[in-house]
Amino acid sequence: MVASPDDMIALTQTPDRGGPAQPLLEVTGLVKHFPIRGGLLGRKVATVRAVDGISLAIRKGETLGIVGESGCGKSTTARLLMRLLDPDAGEMVFDGERVGGNDQAGGLPLRDYRRQVQMVFQDSYASLNPRLTIEETIAFAPQVHGVGAREARTRAHDLLAAVGLAPAQFARRYPHEISGGQRQRINIARALALQPRLVILDEPVSALDKSVEAQVLNLLVDLKDKFGLTYAFISHDLNVVQYISDRVLVMYLGKVAEQGPVEEIYDRPAHPYTRALLASRPSMDPANRRTEPPLTGDPPNPVNPPSGCRFRTRCVMAEDVCAAREPAAARLVPGHDAACHAVTPGSGHSAAPGVAA
Amino acid sequence: MKPAAPAPLVRARDLTVRFVNRDTTVHAVNGVDLDVAEGEVLCLLGESGSGKSVTLRALMKLLPRQARVGGSIEVAGRDVQAMNERELADFRGGDVAMIFQEPMTALDPVFTIGRQIAEAVQRHEGASRSAADARALELLELVQIPSAKRRLAAYPHELSGGLRQRAMIAVALACRPKLLLADEPTTALDATVQIQVLLLLRELQEKLGMGVIFVTHDLGVAGEIADRVAVMYAGRVVEEAPIGPFMAGPLHPYAQGLLGATVHPGMRGKRLTTIPGAPPSLETEPTTCAFSPRCEWAEAACLAGVPEARPAGPGRTARCIRVPAA
Repeated sequence: MVASPDDMIALTQTPDRGGPAQPLLEVTGLVKHFPIRGGLLGRKVATVRAVDGISLAIRKGETLGIVGESGCGKSTTARLLMRLLDPDAGEMVFDGERVGGNDQAGGLPLRDYRRQVQMVFQDSYASLNPRLTIEETIAFAPQVHGVGAREARTRAHDLLAAVGLAPAQFARRYPHEISGGQRQRINIARALALQPRLVILDEPVSALDKSVEAQVLNLLVDLKDKFGLTYAFISHDLNVVQYISDRVLVMYLGKVAEQGPVEEIYDRPAHPYTRALLASRPSMDPANRRTEPPLTGDPPNPVNPPSGCRFRTRCVMAEDVCAAREPAAARLVPGHDAACHAVTPGSGHSAAPGVAA
Repeated sequence: MKPAAPAPLVRARDLTVRFVNRDTTVHAVNGVDLDVAEGEVLCLLGESGSGKSVTLRALMKLLPRQARVGGSIEVAGRDVQAMNERELADFRGGDVAMIFQEPMTALDPVFTIGRQIAEAVQRHEGASRSAADARALELLELVQIPSAKRRLAAYPHELSGGLRQRAMIAVALACRPKLLLADEPTTALDATVQIQVLLLLRELQEKLGMGVIFVTHDLGVAGEIADRVAVMYAGRVVEEAPIGPFMAGPLHPYAQGLLGATVHPGMRGKRLTTIPGAPPSLETEPTTCAFSPRCEWAEAACLAGVPEARPAGPGRTARCIRVPAA
């Protein structure tokens, strides 16, 4: 096989630059507001504060789980990380380089960034082009990035085999001819076609049956090892997030409520919202059923978030200070932060620990 | 003669549903026997295409015209198959009510919540407008909708997902049905709201003494609400058991696979058990154990015919030849 030097570059994973201590993706103060327009002139009447100042870091080789309820901004965050949406404010640094730069200013151009970051969506059918065969779908992006048609097709067949679908059987089929679990495998193969370093998985197993969900989760674990990937895994299913993640970030109404290593979050949750989420899981033990719902009501509308701490309207520990001031992230142990006045020393909350002397 | 047991609320025998069109016939339900007692919660558990929702709809005769329904269905002592449209109109909403996964499509967008509840009361109980409105308010309070009086005048789109689901439950309960059919009513809800709705349904079921058939694909949900489960695969009930023994150890290999594939806390780092392959297409009626192509224990005897439902302990049956006959 003869391949031009350009092809070779496009087909290998971009090498590491910043070293193991440099996070693969570091995001600070990310904001995305969507205007609601109304009236005769289409003036802006309100703003949905979908993502309102998120900072996070995804370390090399880890899986960062992002959990939260609908409307908390987790999917908007995914689209911002992928740069399918432009943030209103905030900075993204990918392996030491600022994302969205150009040749003059330095930094990483979006085109190069998007080749290293790929995404898998929840709806496996809507995210595939119904008029392309499966091999055309997988080979499409490499061809855009300059790989020859034949080479791209060979590569597509390799990827099909890697996600557990026999190329001879599936390559020429169309998306409507295969099952949901198989389609999600195609989406994963397509995301891997450009040899990305970071894969953003937005509810990748939520629409699948349980037996298929387990197959896809096993596949994701295998592929991560095989291709040296880093995952951002977004889900509302706390059990799945616990299974797959190394670190977990809990979102509530466009803010980070708590983040930390998976054992810390699940064994020693510090934020009342995290505790409520964990207590909302079915008990799996009919002799020991839940009797009280841990939270009442639905999440508030992100158009008019509550003042101060956004969770205070549903929080059992809410006090005056929670309405007056927004809690900053407090460090509990290294790597485990919670944005709650009740764990912040000197916050004025009655449950707050004393300021260390 | 056996001593007369109280007649069950639901009694279905050899229920079959076939969807026939010019090119294909889909054998969606292939001989289901179901009994639900008054005040009992039965969970129909299964994956997409297992026939659980079709079974549920057959109990209310809600299937489209091209569906061929066979077997006998008795609900509250009445033969559902023999009812004409007029009898069905009294039966639906009166004796039996249904709640759905998506309240936004189940509720009428152009009427207020209060009107939709009151309409059911007026239609079935012949109540006056004002009496029906008063009852609507009571029902909204029953399903614990905050500031119920104000919410009577709300349209479905003005409510949040959890409140909309509660409003739909209120419509369903308007005429105190004996049987509530619930088709994945909590699947589209967030975890914190799902548990609220599950606890509400359990509380209402106990308070009103309803029988409930609850369709779900989520074992965790079944564990929270069911008295008994019936696991469906390829249009048949493959295992039926009281919830406690079932969660402690399912007997049928498919049910075992389903429990193993459900991610629990504490499985980190372990490989998940999966069920290889995919369910059969059901374009032909399965004549052997439908699960045998995916089953690790399959042997020649599995292909000899459809395994009968073997009794396996109190209130427990499984359609698998490996289950020792009790």
